[in-house]
Amino acid sequence: MARIIVVTSGKGGVGKTTTSASISTGLAKRGHKTVVVDFDVGLRNLDLIMNCERRVVYDFVNVIQGEASLNQALIRDKRVDTLYILPTSQTREKEALTKEGVEKVINELSETFDYIVCDSPAGIEHGALMALYYADEAIVVTNPEVSSVRDSDRILGILQSKSRRAEMGQEPVKEHLLLTRYNPDRVERGEMLSVADVEEILAIPLLGVIPESQVVLNSSNQGMPVILETESDAGQAYDDAVARLLGEEREHRFMTNQKKGFFSRMFKGG
Amino acid sequence: MSFLDYFRGKKSSSANVAKERLQIIVAHERGQRDQPDYLPQMQQEILAVIRKYVQISDDMVQVEVDRNGSCSVLELNVTLPER
Repeated sequence: MARIIVVTSGKGGVGKTTTSASISTGLAKRGHKTVVVDFDVGLRNLDLIMNCERRVVYDFVNVIQGEASLNQALIRDKRVDTLYILPTSQTREKEALTKEGVEKVINELSETFDYIVCDSPAGIEHGALMALYYADEAIVVTNPEVSSVRDSDRILGILQSKSRRAEMGQEPVKEHLLLTRYNPDRVERGEMLSVADVEEILAIPLLGVIPESQVVLNSSNQGMPVILETESDAGQAYDDAVARLLGEEREHRFMTNQKKGFFSRMFKGG
Repeated sequence: MSFLDYFRGKKSSSANVAKERLQIIVAHERGQRDQPDYLPQMQQEILAVIRKYVQISDDMVQVEVDRNGSCSVLELNVTLPER
């Protein structure tokens, strides 16, 4: 039985696809057979972030509608051989993802994979509901910013009432907070919500903090999951998050500003 | 408050404002989340009935459901205007 993890947020542009790419790559790198599924019908982008956009022939919707087999649609990653990508359709309607169709595909994937990572579209409409419906765990990607935190709380409410686990009265979906685009400098200056602030408001366990980093844009430009940039702070922060997801204890890093300027060091001394 | 703190604006930083605003709105929205779907409609109808007799504004009727184990209590608060 595969573990089904949804990467969700409510708000757009907070780093869901970036996170899906890195978390799935990290799980696969540790030897777990992993598939990452794009649920954003009509706005396909996971393929671009994973650098397989030119290898897409069949997609998720083709499989649901019986126009292609799962094996025809799955794309094997060229860097990590236990990683597969299931791209979404660029042309179909959102409603092409039916509950029954999604269930059929998830069940079939469950037979061969250890982890199924579902990359949710933004919003709380049909596509987002389908992405989270079958989840065992949820990674709620949040930016330290008011609208993102509020939307994350909204999506948490939906996980607690509209997921399959909630409807069936099973053990609730396991929730994880992933704070992205974190800038310790601005937190220190009182310009940005701190990790502790967001944790206090959302009241779910912290999976990791990904620092704001130029590496993220650089790696998406090249179709390289951030986690493979092993020298970078953002890459290492994602690696820590994957380790924690697998139950490992790791101390949180990159939450304070390491590179102190000359002036702040002088004044801090006093 | 030191000289430096004055420039840093620690006292009423925008992050603190953000946190306070979020705590209020999130608590409010969580309260509504657990309410039954029919509540807003029922509130409107109760309001309409009261308005047949007294002119009151929308926010003067508060309807809430409190759940305590197997029993739920419908709490209705109506504030009447001064005569």
